[in-house]
Amino acid sequence: MLPVTHLLYLGAIVFAAGLMMVITKRNAIMVLLGIELMLNAANINLVAFNYQHAHNLDGQLFSLFVIIVAVCETAVGLAIVLRVYQEYQRVVPDQIDELKD
Amino acid sequence: MTIYSFLFYFFEVSAAVAAIAMVFSRHVFYAALFFLVCLLCVAGLYVLAWAEFVAVTQILIYAGGVLVLILFGIMLTAKMGAKPLRVGHGNVVSGALISISFFSLIAYYIYAQFSNATTSGSVLNSSNTVETIGLSLMTSYMLPFEIAGILLLIALIGAAVIASHKSKSA
Repeated sequence: MLPVTHLLYLGAIVFAAGLMMVITKRNAIMVLLGIELMLNAANINLVAFNYQHAHNLDGQLFSLFVIIVAVCETAVGLAIVLRVYQEYQRVVPDQIDELKD
Repeated sequence: MTIYSFLFYFFEVSAAVAAIAMVFSRHVFYAALFFLVCLLCVAGLYVLAWAEFVAVTQILIYAGGVLVLILFGIMLTAKMGAKPLRVGHGNVVSGALISISFFSLIAYYIYAQFSNATTSGSVLNSSNTVETIGLSLMTSYMLPFEIAGILLLIALIGAAVIASHKSKSA
């Protein structure tokens, strides 16, 4: 039998790592990777709880939809990153502050 | 120790180590490779948790699609022939504080809520997960399925339009 709490702890670790990446990294692609990690942590929790309450497969279906949304988010996010790189020749989020002035 | 629990702990520890290594890695490319390791180990965990369809989808879409997309993004946002970019860290103290406190909060909750409960998973009553998921997608989850298709189409068109748009000043 699979220990479900271990999966929950793993989800917490992965989510904290993704949050840390989003806050500290000074590169837009690293921030996107952090967001992907956080979505992945949510998926781990969904599958773990579906394993615990296995009378239907709602958790797995929900994680499939989370994967689809994550794919859309990555495609649009990378398009925006490429566009910003064409405009400013850099992908550091802190340095793109034209709207602040 | 059975092979089952050995595989479980192996995948779990590898996924956690890869996720933490992503935080400390200075190169975007190495971080993407650690992300691949993390994704594959999590897919292995999904197989062990009787979620084969989610595991295969994870490998196909994440490891096959998203990661290739991110690698293309890394290549297109680097100067040709230059040294690989070292990514700086900002807001380290506040980021570490926020993420560590968030992790402690969730870990305390899990410990308080699930430590004394019997966490034995109930066996799936349907032996064929793929068939059940396919039937659910075509019956009770029909509307979310179609909306997800429309969302994918919109994201595809939007990404193509944003990335190919030439600036007026150039």
